[in-house]
Amino acid sequence: MSAASETLPSVMVPVAMRLARVEKETHDTFTLTLESADGERPARFAPGQFSMLYVFGVGELPISISGNPEERDRLIYTVRSVGKATHALVTRAPGEAIGVRGPFGTSWPLADSRGRDIVIVAGGIGLAPLRPAIYHVLRHRGDYGRLLVLYGARSPQDLLFRKQLTAWNYVPDTQILITVDYGGLSWRGNVGVVTTLFRHIRLEPERTTALVCGPEIMMRYVVRELLVRGVSAEDIYLSMERNMKCAVGFCGHCQLGPYFVCKDGPVFPYSRLKAWMDRYEL
Amino acid sequence: MIKSKNLVETLREHAFVAGFQPAQIDRLAAMAHEVHFDRDQIIFREGDESSFFYLILSGKVALEVTALGKVLRVQTLREGEELGWSSVLGGSGGKHFQARALTAVRALAFDGARLREACEQDYAFGYTLMRRLLQVVASRLQAFRLQLLDMYSPEGPKSV
Repeated sequence: MSAASETLPSVMVPVAMRLARVEKETHDTFTLTLESADGERPARFAPGQFSMLYVFGVGELPISISGNPEERDRLIYTVRSVGKATHALVTRAPGEAIGVRGPFGTSWPLADSRGRDIVIVAGGIGLAPLRPAIYHVLRHRGDYGRLLVLYGARSPQDLLFRKQLTAWNYVPDTQILITVDYGGLSWRGNVGVVTTLFRHIRLEPERTTALVCGPEIMMRYVVRELLVRGVSAEDIYLSMERNMKCAVGFCGHCQLGPYFVCKDGPVFPYSRLKAWMDRYEL
Repeated sequence: MIKSKNLVETLREHAFVAGFQPAQIDRLAAMAHEVHFDRDQIIFREGDESSFFYLILSGKVALEVTALGKVLRVQTLREGEELGWSSVLGGSGGKHFQARALTAVRALAFDGARLREACEQDYAFGYTLMRRLLQVVASRLQAFRLQLLDMYSPEGPKSV
């Protein structure tokens, strides 16, 4: 029996977990807490990885883990309800079973970034896969330099994790900058796309690792800002989104140039992606 | 109020004058005066023929537009940024947005007509000023284009 056929069943068969809690973050985004249904601890994950969540009878979805990697007894996911399967997922009642495969994929380079400033740039739901990295840096605060979080959302009503963002701003050497594309009269914060926030931070490019997640077009412009400010392509990491199905590089649905996003990603250094990001046909 | 010598120092620290020669900064400083706006004070309204160009020293300003009876904030500007660039060009047909101080704001104000006159008298100064102003306008245009894409929409970016 080959190694592939020995491991194939275990990675393709979901483990049933119990939906413990559903919290409404915004009008269309929810955070789900899954706990073990059989007393076994869920598999350990690294910040940036994703799981395949199976809503039985509806479909399976790739969802980034948004919880604290130190909390070993549960898995937390933040999901935007945009289609049939995501709607089914966020409307399950606590106590129901959700199938989980994974965690899968590459993670943010936190071990290799010790001693460096961490610049996190998130757009919209893109903050969710970055939150475990923020938890990690805050828990190991002395291992890193400054933590700068630049977060952009569509409107004030679309901001995720608002209480946490406010609290993190009080942590020493941590700066949280938030902006929205459109604000009403009650919003007194920044208005403008996330790239406009770069004007208000001081980067030390030679000691900066940037972690970026958001819509692909946003990431392209964020990368330009980082490169203009002297951050090298090797120190910029992006989390890519594609149509992941098998999650282990067999089916090819998530191919991006020579890579499978599920297996070779979702986190890539920009130096590996730059040849493929601007191609229209991919 | 900043004294004239300190005004040059203050201006020198503003990001707008990066690339200006010292004599050009002195020339600009000679046309500047310090202004203050209270929180929620309207600095100019949409359609105003306000002739002032501002370099923000501290505080935050919102650019607003009224649409369908609602006020929408489309951009905020902070210390180190510029406000009212169209005043330098003149003949723009009035302000396109309303500017409101979101916090107490301290700024350097320049009369647009005087700036244009200085540009006519000294083309090197005029080139430096207009080049810098064009960079400001270009970065605003790029940001607005991205904003128009509505990147975070559930349907994905719009085609514009």
